[in-house]
Amino acid sequence: MIDAEGVIKRFGPRTILRGIDLRVETGETLVIIGGSGCGKSTFLKCVIGLHHPDGGKIVVDGIEVAKLKTEAEIADYRRRFGYLFQEGALFDSMTVWENITFGLRYLTDIPSGKYRGIASDCLALVGLKDVEDFKPSELSGGMKKRVALARAIAAQPSYILYDEPTTGLDPIMTDVIADLILDLQKQLKVTAIMVTHDMKAAYKVASRIAMFHEGKVLQVAHPDIIKISDNPYVRQFVDGKSEGPIKMKLKEFEAETASNAQPDKEGS
Amino acid sequence: MISNAVGGLGKYILGAAEETGQFSFLVRSTFGWMTSYRIEWRQTLIQIVRIGVESLPVTAMTAFFTGMVLALQTGASSKHFFNEPLFVGTVVAFSLVMELAPVMTAIVVAGRAGAAIAAELGTMKVTDQIDALYTLGTDPIRYLVIPRFIAFMMVLPLLTVASDFTGIFGGYLVAHAKYQIPATVYWHDIVDQMEIRHFVHGFLKTFVFAAVVSLVSCFKGITTRGGAEGVGKSTTAAVVISMVLILVLDYFATAVLNAFGIT
Repeated sequence: MIDAEGVIKRFGPRTILRGIDLRVETGETLVIIGGSGCGKSTFLKCVIGLHHPDGGKIVVDGIEVAKLKTEAEIADYRRRFGYLFQEGALFDSMTVWENITFGLRYLTDIPSGKYRGIASDCLALVGLKDVEDFKPSELSGGMKKRVALARAIAAQPSYILYDEPTTGLDPIMTDVIADLILDLQKQLKVTAIMVTHDMKAAYKVASRIAMFHEGKVLQVAHPDIIKISDNPYVRQFVDGKSEGPIKMKLKEFEAETASNAQPDKEGS
Repeated sequence: MISNAVGGLGKYILGAAEETGQFSFLVRSTFGWMTSYRIEWRQTLIQIVRIGVESLPVTAMTAFFTGMVLALQTGASSKHFFNEPLFVGTVVAFSLVMELAPVMTAIVVAGRAGAAIAAELGTMKVTDQIDALYTLGTDPIRYLVIPRFIAFMMVLPLLTVASDFTGIFGGYLVAHAKYQIPATVYWHDIVDQMEIRHFVHGFLKTFVFAAVVSLVSCFKGITTRGGAEGVGKSTTAAVVISMVLILVLDYFATAVLNAFGIT
C-alpha cells in the first residue's frame, strides 16, 4: 500500500505539490489525471524517491521513503518498483535485452546466465519477440514503450509506476498499451499508479481515478463516478472542454501577465 | 536599474554558489564510491578504449607537429644568435616533457573526450536515462562518473608519455632534415640535460588535468537542463571550463611541484 500524507514539493520559488493526500490500496490501479504542470509526474518521482518531498510523507508497505539511509535500504525499496518513463528512457548504447535486464544485476541475485531468457519472457509478456538484439534507435515509438514496459516488469516489482505511457502514440497503439497494462495487472497482480492525460486509457485501466489540479487532489473516485462528476474542474478535464474554470485560470494568468507588462511598456 | 543590476549580480552569485556546492557533492560522492571498491570495471574498460585508444592518434599527431615546430623555431633562433643550431633536442624535450605535452594532450582530450562525455551524459539526463539508472537500482555516479574518472586518471598520463615520445621524434625529424643534426647529438642533447625529476614533473601534472577534465565534463553532463539546447550549452561549458582550468591549474601545479623540488 502506498500512503501519501500532505506531500509538498517545491522547485526553487515554485510549489508544485501543495499537500497531496492519497492512498493507493494493494492490487489497485490508481490513475492520476490533470493538466500539464499540475504535479502528476513530480508525485510519481516522489513516490519512487527520485525527488524528496519538502513536506509531508510517503509511506510504502510501512517504509517511509524519506527515512531511507543506507544503500541496502534504498536498494530494497527500489526493488519494489518498476517505473515506466514517459519517453521510455531506454539506454541507447545498449541492446533491447541489455536494457530489459539492466536492473536485475542491481536489484536481484539472479545469475547473469539467465538474463537473456528473462528478457525474452518479458518481451513475450508485452507482445514482442525477436527484437532482443535491436538497439532502441531501431524500434518504433510503440515498440520502445513496450520494451520500456518489459524493463519495468523484469525484476518482478510489487508496484509499477507509469508516467504517461500512451503519450505520443497513435490511437490504436494507445489502446494496445492500455490493454497491455490491464493484462499485466491481471497476470502480475501488481499495484500501480498511472499518470495520463488520456481519458480513454484512464477509464480502461483505472480502479480509481484521482484528479490533480495546481498541486492538490481535487477528487478521487471510481471511473464511473468521475464520468459523472459535478466538480467543474473534473468535468471540464474529462470532457476536454476549453471553456471552464481551468481555462479561466489560464485567462487570469494571461490578464495578470498583460497587466504586469503594461507599466514596463509605459516606462520604456 | 541599480536594483536590477544588484538583483542580477545576486542571482549570479547564488547560481555560482549552488553550482559549486553541487560540484563539491559530485567530487565527494565520486571519492566516496571509489573507497567502497564497487567499481564498474566493464564500463571503465569501455571508457579507457573510448578516451584513451581513440584519442591516441589525435594527441600523437598534435605532439608530433608541436615537436616539429619547436625544433624548427629553436634551430632558427639558435642559428640566428650562434650561427649554428644548438641544443635543439634539449629545448624540444624540456618544453614537451615539462609543459607542452601534458597541457596540450589534456586540452586535446578535453576537446575530444570531455565534450563527448558532457554530450552523452547531457543527452542521458534530458531523456530521463539518468533517472532510469536510479529506478533500476544503481547510482549514476557509480555507473557513469567513476568509470570515466578512473579511465581519465589511467589514460591521460599514458597519452602524455606517448606525446612526449612522438613530439621528441617529430623534433628529431626536423632537426635532422632541416639542420642536419645527427641522431646521437640530438639524443645526447636530451639525456645529458634531462633528469627523471623533469619527467616526473610533467607526469604528475597530468593527474591533476585528468581529474579536472573528467569531473567537470561529467558534472556538466549530469546537470544538463533543457533539451537539445541544454546539451549544447553543457558541452561547450565542459570544454571551455576544462581548458581554462587546465591552464590555470598548470601554473599552480608547477608552483607546488617547484616548491617540493620536483623541477
